Amino acid sequence: MRKKVIFPQVGLPYLLLLPQLAITFVFFFLPAGQAIWFSFLRQDAFGIRTEFVGLENFVELFQDPLYLDSVWITLVFSFWVTALAMSVALGLAVLADRHIRGATAYKTLLIWPYAIAPAVAAVLWIFIFHPQIGLLGKFLNGIGVRWDYKLNGTQALITVIVASAWKQVSYNFLFFLAGLQSIPRSVLEAAAIDGASPARRFWTVVFPLLSPTTFFLLVINLTYAFFDTFGVIDALTKGGPAKATSTLIYRAYIDGRVNLDLGSSSAQSVVLMLAVIALTAVQFRFIERKVHY
Amino acid sequence: MATLTVHGVPKSFGKVAVLHGIDLSVADGEMIVIVGASGCGKSTLLRIVAGLETATEGRIVISGADVTRLEPAERDIAMVFQNYALYPHMSVFENMSYGLRIRGVPKPEIARRVQQAAEMLGLGALLQRRPRELSGGQRQRVAMGRAIVREPKLFLFDEPLSNLDAKLRVAMRAEIKRLQRRLGVTSLFVTHDQVEAMTLGDRLVVMNQGRAAQVATPMEIFARPADTYVAGFIGSPAMNFLPATLTEGGLGARIADGPVIRFADGPRPGMAGRALTLGIRPEHFALGGPLPLTPDLIEPLGSETVVHGRLPSGQEVTLRLAGMPASLGTLEIGIRAEHLHVFDGETGLRMDAQPAAALTPAWQGG
Repeated sequence: MRKKVIFPQVGLPYLLLLPQLAITFVFFFLPAGQAIWFSFLRQDAFGIRTEFVGLENFVELFQDPLYLDSVWITLVFSFWVTALAMSVALGLAVLADRHIRGATAYKTLLIWPYAIAPAVAAVLWIFIFHPQIGLLGKFLNGIGVRWDYKLNGTQALITVIVASAWKQVSYNFLFFLAGLQSIPRSVLEAAAIDGASPARRFWTVVFPLLSPTTFFLLVINLTYAFFDTFGVIDALTKGGPAKATSTLIYRAYIDGRVNLDLGSSSAQSVVLMLAVIALTAVQFRFIERKVHY
Repeated sequence: MATLTVHGVPKSFGKVAVLHGIDLSVADGEMIVIVGASGCGKSTLLRIVAGLETATEGRIVISGADVTRLEPAERDIAMVFQNYALYPHMSVFENMSYGLRIRGVPKPEIARRVQQAAEMLGLGALLQRRPRELSGGQRQRVAMGRAIVREPKLFLFDEPLSNLDAKLRVAMRAEIKRLQRRLGVTSLFVTHDQVEAMTLGDRLVVMNQGRAAQVATPMEIFARPADTYVAGFIGSPAMNFLPATLTEGGLGARIADGPVIRFADGPRPGMAGRALTLGIRPEHFALGGPLPLTPDLIEPLGSETVVHGRLPSGQEVTLRLAGMPASLGTLEIGIRAEHLHVFDGETGLRMDAQPAAALTPAWQGG
């Protein structure tokens, strides 16, 4: 049931909306509009001359093999971050959902990584993956695997994927746990009496009933992997080696902030903005329609 | 087709003892109703039989096989839950066939059994619907259907009617009774509703604080309740309890601040002055008698009238009278002694009349 509030004056509802709208305007619409405007411009390296070039920035972008590489890297990166973060979180949530001793402590510990800043998380993973001082890095080199994520692009990608996924596991865990706990016990008991083994119960009853949560998390995780992993990548690999971990968001930063190519960077930002709008639209469309069990 | 035997299953949750050991023997095809107030352990007993809870000790035997250590899936039982527990993401057909599919029953056989059960329950047109597109009564039927198609040894019902509205509940009650008769499946039915218990059960288990207070047929329980708890629980309005003392020779009882009532069926054991509780159902009072009753609330129900009032001792009494009493002033009421229930004043246990042969000094020990 929607609650309808009747305001005596016409102005009051707008006044109440104003703070939120003002914040959105200053911190989103203004910079976004500027990015769109800049994406149609080209500046010389010293910012003295600016000319309007229409869609040329975009055309150049999609003809640049390095940019297309970045697109591919982003897709691979996002897929694995999402897959890893969600499957690990689901597994942990299933375990925590059982009535185990110390469940509260276990849950608290699992939620901690979420409260850790990306840069700190990255440092933590350096201590694990670093070829000379990292626990795992040292071990791998010790058993003869040539592990150095600073030289090997694939290993660098694995490193940032694992570190990024790890940060997101807590968030997913919370949602999966809430989802699991909202499944009525009696439904699972009915399935047990119907003769379903625990594994079968999970795949035929629990997992389908979790699907609204799973879908929500899928969108959130993709968004996270696309846009929110800058800190981890910057602290761990700085997009390297040889741009092997340079995702779209990282490239937009390098081109704009370091190479000062504002036009191209803005065009990249606009492309990213369209991607996030698409993801959000998908989310709204399906979450709104999602089946309520 | 199966028998069920429960051998003393106590159950504790942490330090709280919920069941104190129940012994129960259910014959093939029998419908046993477990009834009691909430928290008496009735659902726990059912869940132990289902295998959803493990008993602290004791044994559960189904058709001669000890199933105490078996998983619910291995016990060949079906259960109908209070909230139906249907699989929300499956159609009615999928809900009903789930257990069969898991057991690898061939597809044509599944279709045949589901079709048969659906027709029996009037669900034929709803097989493709999802549970949320069904009414409460229909969901209840699907839950029944899911139990029926499995053709289990044992049906377990955990308050299956308490989420339905009053009218539907009466209809479903009759339907469950008919189905159970027709299928002849041994059943345990848990409820807190005494009407359900009386109408459905071949025998009742009246539970009180984790113990079976009485196991008997509904009429036996109504006519000869084993203690004051059972007597007060079954029957509506509830039985009246009057404190009294045994008279000389155990031939009658003196109601506190009141007259002596002679037992119609014979003397009770014990010394004169032994504390008793007399139980008298509201419908077993008669107009015209030695007890003056001051009514304070009259509930006319048409064919009968329920009168709440007080005796001179301050004791509250509820009466059910045919028709409407002529005057609403003080009523002179009497107790129909042939319907009197006598309970021990301390333990609350039923005291039956001594058989005539043993009348002489045998009851001196008390």
